[in-house]
Amino acid sequence: MAVSMTRITVLANPKRFLDYSSALLPWTGGLAFVLLAVGFYWALFETPPDYQQGQTVKMMFVHVPAAWMGIFVYSVVAGSSLGGLVFRHPLADVAAKSAAPLGAAFTALALMTGSLWGRPMWGTYWQWGDARLVSELLLLFIYLGYIALWNAIDDPGRAAKAAAILALVGAADLPIIHFSVEWWNTLHQGPSITRGAIDPSFLWPLAILALGYTVLFLWLWLIRMRTEIFERRARSLMLAKGA
Amino acid sequence: MADFFAMGGYAGFVWPAYGATLLVLVIAIVSSLRSHAKARENVRRLEAELGEGDKT
Repeated sequence: MAVSMTRITVLANPKRFLDYSSALLPWTGGLAFVLLAVGFYWALFETPPDYQQGQTVKMMFVHVPAAWMGIFVYSVVAGSSLGGLVFRHPLADVAAKSAAPLGAAFTALALMTGSLWGRPMWGTYWQWGDARLVSELLLLFIYLGYIALWNAIDDPGRAAKAAAILALVGAADLPIIHFSVEWWNTLHQGPSITRGAIDPSFLWPLAILALGYTVLFLWLWLIRMRTEIFERRARSLMLAKGA
Repeated sequence: MADFFAMGGYAGFVWPAYGATLLVLVIAIVSSLRSHAKARENVRRLEAELGEGDKT
């Protein structure tokens, strides 16, 4: 009786999640494609060169949303991890684990595009003395450590707990990234978007791309959560088969 | 058109940045869809083998 009850409560939420997510997938996927297509077209063909940076301003449209997403997705990972530790929701660690590789990809993109923007603007691809650059690289390593930890521990319950603790400790890097440009005045410029220093002709395509990246993340996140649920189900079926 | 590709002399920086972006986004989409299809198929097969019917 006790066994069948746990089985039901553990499966209940994932089952419902599979139904809901299945209905959401075509909408999120479609919306992501439309937003990204419009955003990239606008950014590449309909924006003027910047009066100071010329055409290198085109970098902003791929660099800034990727950097935002790296941080946003990490807060999703840390938030889900906290939810998993405190409320033991059965989907929390699935949510955190599925989001992490996407956040790592966005962070890697932010570093690559930032480096390509830095060369013509600052004269260098990389500067170890710049706090924004180094704290962003640290974020990538935290993501990779988090993913590696999941893979290193076989027992899913123990892996979830250890990974969640790592995710929460790593969250300390987020405020460092955010305030790095204000605390240390080195290469990377301070915030210009929240300060309203950007012309609307640049702001519109940037906002559409940022939204496109967010919806793309939501779509892929749902897909990867479903994958994780299927894989766990397959594992328990394999055990049932062996028994 | 040639002007557009030249990117005001910054073609060597702008296009690799857009190329890297496209590449990473496409890899993320393709790998997510592939592993999803594979995992779902695996569950279907196991459920059929165990005679539990098609629940997913």
